[in-house]
This record gives sequence, C-alpha cells and structure tokens, in this order.
Amino acid sequence: MDSLLTNFISPYYIKIFTLVGIYIIIALGLNFITGVTGQLSFGHAAFVSIGAYTAAILTARLQLPFLPSLLVGGLLAAMVGILLGFPILRLTGDYLGIATLGFGEIVIVVFQNLEITGGTIGLSGIAKETNMTLVFALVIFTIWAMYRLQNSRFGRALMAIREDEIAAHVMGINTTSYKIQAFGIGTFFAGIGGGLYAHMIQYLNPTDFGFSRSFEYLTFVVLGGLGSIPGTILGTTILTLAPEFLRFVAEYRMMIYGALMVIMMIFRPRGLLGGVDLGKKFRAFSKKTSQKHAG
Amino acid sequence: MFWQQLINGITLGSTYALIALGYTMVYGIIQLINFAHGEIYMIGAFVGVIAVAVFKLNIFIALFMAMAVCIFIGVTVERIAYRPLRRSTRLAPLISAIGVSIFLQTLMTVMAGPQAIGFPQVIDDQLYHLGSVTISKVQLIILVLASTMMIGLQLIVKYVKIGKAMRAASEDYDTASLMGINVNRVISFTFAIGSALAAAGGVMVGMYFNSIHPLMGVMAGLKAFCAAVLGGIGSIPGAMLGGLFLGIAEVTGVAIGYGGYRDAIAFTLLILVLLFKPTGILGRPIQRKV
Repeated sequence: MDSLLTNFISPYYIKIFTLVGIYIIIALGLNFITGVTGQLSFGHAAFVSIGAYTAAILTARLQLPFLPSLLVGGLLAAMVGILLGFPILRLTGDYLGIATLGFGEIVIVVFQNLEITGGTIGLSGIAKETNMTLVFALVIFTIWAMYRLQNSRFGRALMAIREDEIAAHVMGINTTSYKIQAFGIGTFFAGIGGGLYAHMIQYLNPTDFGFSRSFEYLTFVVLGGLGSIPGTILGTTILTLAPEFLRFVAEYRMMIYGALMVIMMIFRPRGLLGGVDLGKKFRAFSKKTSQKHAG
Repeated sequence: MFWQQLINGITLGSTYALIALGYTMVYGIIQLINFAHGEIYMIGAFVGVIAVAVFKLNIFIALFMAMAVCIFIGVTVERIAYRPLRRSTRLAPLISAIGVSIFLQTLMTVMAGPQAIGFPQVIDDQLYHLGSVTISKVQLIILVLASTMMIGLQLIVKYVKIGKAMRAASEDYDTASLMGINVNRVISFTFAIGSALAAAGGVMVGMYFNSIHPLMGVMAGLKAFCAAVLGGIGSIPGAMLGGLFLGIAEVTGVAIGYGGYRDAIAFTLLILVLLFKPTGILGRPIQRKV
C-alpha cells in the first residue's frame, strides 16, 4: 500500500504524514488525561519512551514480531502509568503536573544509565516496520476508541471529575479509580505511539523524550482545544507541520514557532476548537441548508 | 570530607535558591509556573560574559549589567506574553511561557551559536583553608553575594511598601486590587526582582563552572523550580531552604557515587516530598472549597 502511495506522494511527505499520525495517537492519549479528565500531565513523553524502548528492544534484541511488541510496549506504558497513578493522582492541579514532570525526567536518567537501552549513546538498529497505512489505521482506531470512551458512562464520569472533583465524588463517582483508569488508557496510547515512533525513526535516544517533548504534546492538545478530539487532531497537524513549513527561515523557525505559541494563546486562549461542538455546528448547518431547500 | 561537600553543596544550592525565588514569587501572586524563568537566568549569564570578555568590565559591574538587562527582559515578557492572559484558563499562560522559553532559547542559539562558551576567569583561584575544609574565592563571593541578595529581598518584602503590596497581592489578588493596590505594578515589580536574582545566579554559575551555553537554562530552571516546590511554592524562605537542600543533596549524591543519576536526584526528592507533604516543606495546606 505504501509502495503504491509513493507513486503519488514523495517519500518526504509520507514520512511527515506518518509522523503526524503517530503524534495524533500520542496527543489523543494526553487529551484523554488532561482534556477529558482534567489531570495535568507534564510527563507524557516518558510514557512514549517506555513504549518506544520496550517495542524496540523486543523486536531488535529478542527478534519478536512487530505488532505484538507494539502492544506489549503500550501495555507496559499503561502499567507504569497505573502504578504511578496510585500514589501520584492524589495530587491536584499544578502539583500533579510538577510530579509528572519529575517522573519524566527520572525516566530519562534511568534510560541513560541502563545498558539494555544503549545508555547515552542510544539504541540503534531498529527495523523499519512502521508505515503510513498502519499508522493511519491505528489513528482511525484511536479516534473511534476515544469517541466511544468519551461518550460512554465512563467518559461522562471523567468529565464530571474534570469540572468539579469534589462534586463528582459526592455524586458517588469513585474519583480515584476513574482517574487511574483514565491515566492508564492515556499512557497506553502514548506507549503505542512510542513503539510506532521507534520503528519509524529507527534510532532512540533518551534525550528525545525530555520534558520539552512532553510540553510539545501538551501544546498540541491545548492549541487545538482541550477535551476536543477534532481539536487535538487539528492542533497536532498544524504544529507538526509548522516547523516543516517554516524550514525556509532555517535557524529562525523555532523562534517563530515560540512566538506563534504566544500569539495563539493571546488571541485564542481556549484553543482553536476549544468549546466548539463540531457536531452541533454541523447539525445547525444541515438544518439551515434543509430549511433553505424547503423554503 | 563531609564539611567540604557541605560547602560545595551550599554554593550550588544558593544559586538554585536565587533562581527559585523568581519562580516562587511569581507563582505566589499569579499562580503561573513561569517556564521562561530559566531562560532569563541563561541570558543573565550571557550578558555577564559579554560584559567581562568583550567590554573588559569589572565582574561586579558585569553582574549589575546582567541584572539590569534581565529586569528589562523579564518585565517585557510579562507585559507581552502573560498580562493579556490574566483572565483566561490556567493552561493558556503556561503554554505562552513555554513559547517564550523556546523563543529566547532559539534567539540566543542564533546569536551566540549552539556551542558552550567559556567564561573568562575573572577571579583568581585563591583557596582558603579552614581546618580540613578548602573554600575557593569564587565560592566565597557566591556565598556572600547570594546571602546578601536574599537578606535584601527578605527586608524589601517585610518592610518596604511595595514588598507589603506583594504580600497582600499573593494573599488575595482581587481584594488587594480593591484596597487600592496597583496590582499590575506589583506584578511587574515581582518579575523585575525575580529576573534580577536569576541573572545574578546565571553570572555566578558562569563564574563557578567557567562554561555557559544557550540551553543551560532548561535543566537549571527545572531544578530551581523543584527547589521552589520542595520548600513550598509561594514561600520565600521555602525557596531558599529548598535550593540549599537540593544543592546539598545533589553534591552528596554525586560524592557517594551516583554521578550518573545526578539529574534524577532533584526530581526523586521532589516526588517523595510531594507525596508526603503535597504543598512542600514550608507550604500552607491547600484549601479545598466546595
């Protein structure tokens, strides 16, 4: 399928779009934690790195097939997320963010000191298994799963927790258990994204998963609109493509990127699609057009 | 050996404390984690190098220049990137701060190049011996300057009118403005002081480690931020205590053979403290209103 695609799109674009797809999976996972459940996480990249290293080690060192390794990477990231969630999710707001940031930095230092991960030199020789078709199939699966989760009883409980944790608790929602489950689901998708990333870039270095990367994911979600699935997809796409489009300004591109983030926040602090209900907009639009036809 | 490590730890810790004060004061008033603060510290170090190496100025004049430039940058950043977001969601100013941080980092990388720059040796490497402990002249200067600045800050906050206004604004932002305090001026002043202290910290670290680079603000900023949280964010004595604690812990960790885990020490401590005392050592308990 991918070889077929290369007839129409240049390999460079395929690479960029694949990356966008991987980032969408990761960002949707973060959106589930921060946007839907309202739990600030500054350590999302750490879970991506756990998935990436697990999948890479399983395929490269133990010669396991790619897809099961990917799944194991996601499950391990989720397991670490849940284990961390038990003590850490007692914290609220900024303090939770700070603790997850600390956890993220610890994970990097641990990967830098382990032998199996290649230490500071990094892990190379990972097979190229990720392709655009697979990534987009998984993107569609993630979007579907997120919609189902958000619009279920479980998802509505999470949104209640986001809006007012104490009130939700009083209403009989087991907030701790729900928050931990949401954290586990979000980190699972981070791990899957990580495994895909590892088998696309074919090289892993602990410094690639630092706190600046976690912030990048958070920016994708916030810029698109917290809690909004189309918003997250839009934010991720724009911000992943922006540095590519800004390539003509070479060394200034990250400066422009930083300035854009500030400007976007000033003019649209709730994100591009924050508070916008696309379904409602669409229904209103179709109603208008049908009325026009009737009249 | 123990006392020697303690001195080294306190020297490192007092630079963390200087940066941590900026985080804690800003957080105390507008509840914003100012992620661009580490970059202010980095720019301070660069201004110091330029003043010493290019203009051949005395190190103390260089220190003042760095502080002046950083005051200007800090206040400008607040004006442009945070003030318009005062009434928006919590995450918007945070993202804006990250944007500023990326902007300043890249600006410095473009201007100075991505490689590390040597800080000229401005202070002779004279050593003083106190029993079994050796303390260098640089360490002594850092300790004296840092403690003078911290005492000065404590005096300003306690006795000067604008300092009292700062305390009032951190207690209750809205009520303070109703009482006739010009909150915008107080916030500008807070950013000015925080930036000046960070700049001083930057120049001192440059003197101490003889090397600066455009990304030095990231890790130092994070650790100083840890220090602020450890001590109880919003509390000025807490930031000083947290900084010293962190510096000593880090130096001790390296001394007993965990050099590879150096950068994890601060964060491990941070998580442990947060788990047992979620608001930090000197922090006030969070009030949960229904």
